[in-house]
Amino acid sequence: MLTLLCASVIIFLALEVVPGDPASVMLGVNAQPETVAALKQELGLNVSKPKRYFNWVSGMLAGDFGVSYTYRTPVRDMIADRMVISFPLALYALLLSTLIAFPAGIIAATRRGAVADVSVMGTTQLGIAIPNFWFAMILVSIFAIKLRWFSAGGFPGWEAGFLAGLKALTLPAIALALPQASILARVMRSSLLDTLGEDFIRTARAKGLTAGQALWHHALRNALIPVLTIIGLQFSFLLAGAIIVENVFFLPGLGRLIFQGITQRDLIVVESVVMLLVFAVVMVTFLVDIAYAAVDPRLRRRM
Amino acid sequence: MFRRFSALLLGLAITAGTVQAAQTDITIGMQLEPPNLDPTAGAAAAIDEVVYANVFEGLTRFASDGSVKPALAESWEISDDGLTYTFTLQSGVTFHDGSTFNAEDVKFSLDRSRAENSTNAQKQLFDGIESIEVPDLQTVVINLSAPNGALLFNLAWGDAIVMSPDTFDKAKTEPVGTGPFKFSRWVQGDRIELEKNPEYWGASAKLEKVTFKFISEPTAAFAALMAGDVDAFPVYPAPENLAQFEADPRFSVVVGSTEGETILSTNNKQAPFDNKLVRQAVAHAINRQEIIDGAMFGYGTPIGTHFAPHHPAYKDFTDNSSYDVDKAKELLKEAGFEDGFKTTLKLPPPSYARRGGEIIAAQLRQVGIEAEISNLEWAQWLEQVFRGKDFGLTIVSHTEPMDIGIYARPDYYFQYDNADFQKLISDLTLETDEEKRNIMFQEAQEIIAADYVNGYLFQLAKTGVANAKIEGLWENSPTQANDMTEVFWND
Repeated sequence: MLTLLCASVIIFLALEVVPGDPASVMLGVNAQPETVAALKQELGLNVSKPKRYFNWVSGMLAGDFGVSYTYRTPVRDMIADRMVISFPLALYALLLSTLIAFPAGIIAATRRGAVADVSVMGTTQLGIAIPNFWFAMILVSIFAIKLRWFSAGGFPGWEAGFLAGLKALTLPAIALALPQASILARVMRSSLLDTLGEDFIRTARAKGLTAGQALWHHALRNALIPVLTIIGLQFSFLLAGAIIVENVFFLPGLGRLIFQGITQRDLIVVESVVMLLVFAVVMVTFLVDIAYAAVDPRLRRRM
Repeated sequence: MFRRFSALLLGLAITAGTVQAAQTDITIGMQLEPPNLDPTAGAAAAIDEVVYANVFEGLTRFASDGSVKPALAESWEISDDGLTYTFTLQSGVTFHDGSTFNAEDVKFSLDRSRAENSTNAQKQLFDGIESIEVPDLQTVVINLSAPNGALLFNLAWGDAIVMSPDTFDKAKTEPVGTGPFKFSRWVQGDRIELEKNPEYWGASAKLEKVTFKFISEPTAAFAALMAGDVDAFPVYPAPENLAQFEADPRFSVVVGSTEGETILSTNNKQAPFDNKLVRQAVAHAINRQEIIDGAMFGYGTPIGTHFAPHHPAYKDFTDNSSYDVDKAKELLKEAGFEDGFKTTLKLPPPSYARRGGEIIAAQLRQVGIEAEISNLEWAQWLEQVFRGKDFGLTIVSHTEPMDIGIYARPDYYFQYDNADFQKLISDLTLETDEEKRNIMFQEAQEIIAADYVNGYLFQLAKTGVANAKIEGLWENSPTQANDMTEVFWND
């Protein structure tokens, strides 16, 4: 709660010092000064800063994020419209990244130094190095322009059907998942290698378990803690950090909303979205803490 | 069994039939999303690009060649003293919500835009209107305080469209107009859909449905056209791809003119630019063709003054500021800046400014002027350059049609203050004779060219890409609009 309060003050102050005001951006270069003044009055921009901050925070507590200066629609509705794209996209990308990273990391760790390990390490190095927008453009030119399996971007809306929506998110999710999967696979590998070197694994093997059994029953579970931390961080990143990929695929997600909001000085939208993301990060961290307890019973008592 | 079979055949026949009929929906790509859909509530060109002539209409309108045509006003009469305009309205016009359009709506809309607390971005269009009367529901009388030769032109702007008093307050998100298309839906951040208005008073639209899709990233715009997600991009953001589209038989590239005079705006009140010799030196240091080729990939017409080359009153003053490095150095010497000087070059986001700025900075360096480039966002540019007047040089395209009058405003950001010019423009506003007006426009062009107020670079070209089967798109851009009334698929 304190985190959220501090965040709200920082966000508000940071955006208030940005030069430029929404009224003059909206009215352009031919507007007369009194027209700008009239619009400022209409938007409620001539209220003092502390009062505006107070209105904003108290509104948010009541679930009311205010009304966008430029669009003149409630910010809550705008965020809700964008969330139905950004949230599934982040989840989809995370799922893909986990599905790729787990087997890759396990294979690399168990066959340390072998061809499989070297190729996983090489591919993941490449995956981290490739910028995701570039990878996204390559995906578009192959699958949308050449093969025409997917459209180059855009989102038909979930009302067009679940599969149509999923299809539209597939290329962006792959583009987002690749670097994440690479990082995750490497973390998985090194964490698993550490665990496999521990005494209790040797004990397990001494009890007569095969290498595979020891891995599945003992090592994997213990190696999961750092992996979960990374997954938590990645989800927050995917939710907010998809701005560039959203632009490449012209998806109307949260990232683009922030971007549009900043260029139009639609401060209330930017403030509210950023605040929401802070809230999401706090929530995810909390969920990751719960997940720690699920994989490591010792942590349950400490909570 | 047989019945089912024939039903199947019938089904096949129906699908085959629809395949053969010409396509009646179209998807238009745009780089920027409009902030709202009320053309009287904002300067964003994207608003007009969606609703002008499609959803909303005014008394008069622009045709694609830039001429002013009747729209909701069927005809008009101007009194001999030029002070009274009597408009006769079209009959049988209804708004999209079914209500009848009449003269009261016109009076309401214009009065609202010129009111004290109006937030109309182009309020100056209504300057000089003294009163508006409605003698009967088919007639509107506009009384002026002084003759205004530009009134019919001013009323054609998107900022002067007519709305109903019952629906104007919802126009930002659910516009209700009189045009050939009705607003149907807006998925914010993604697209706006319009559908044909079957009740339209004029020649009805050929398309059933128009979708405007917002794609800000130039590479994504390219991909969307190539993949067929978008049928046309009337203002295509990446001139570097145009050659590729030209070579592809599936597409046609449409190059037209715009009202955008792209200029190296100069702060006439800031030293050393308050010295005419320095401004003249800058003008001669600029190689326009190099900028057009380098920044715009060859698209654009050189200009020597602030006027659109396609207008009948245009005069070519490019020789007045021809590229001549030696002369520029001489002029600087004469002005006392033999060793050159330092200044700022503040660039807004469009590629003409960012790319053009790099080239201009290099050209200025050749005559000894160090222009320090800083890249600004639009909001910063408006704050620092436009309002704060804190700049030496900047590059911007002035896209409003017939806007030479800005040089008569001494507080305008480039701060040109010339009493003779101001007198000329106020005389010009009072003049209603077309021929005399054109002569005065030419005088005005000459004065600012001879004073080297700004560096005049080029007229922005409108470069669009469309599926080769689409016909009827506007080639030129007399106002920033996508009139879809005449557009159809020629299969």
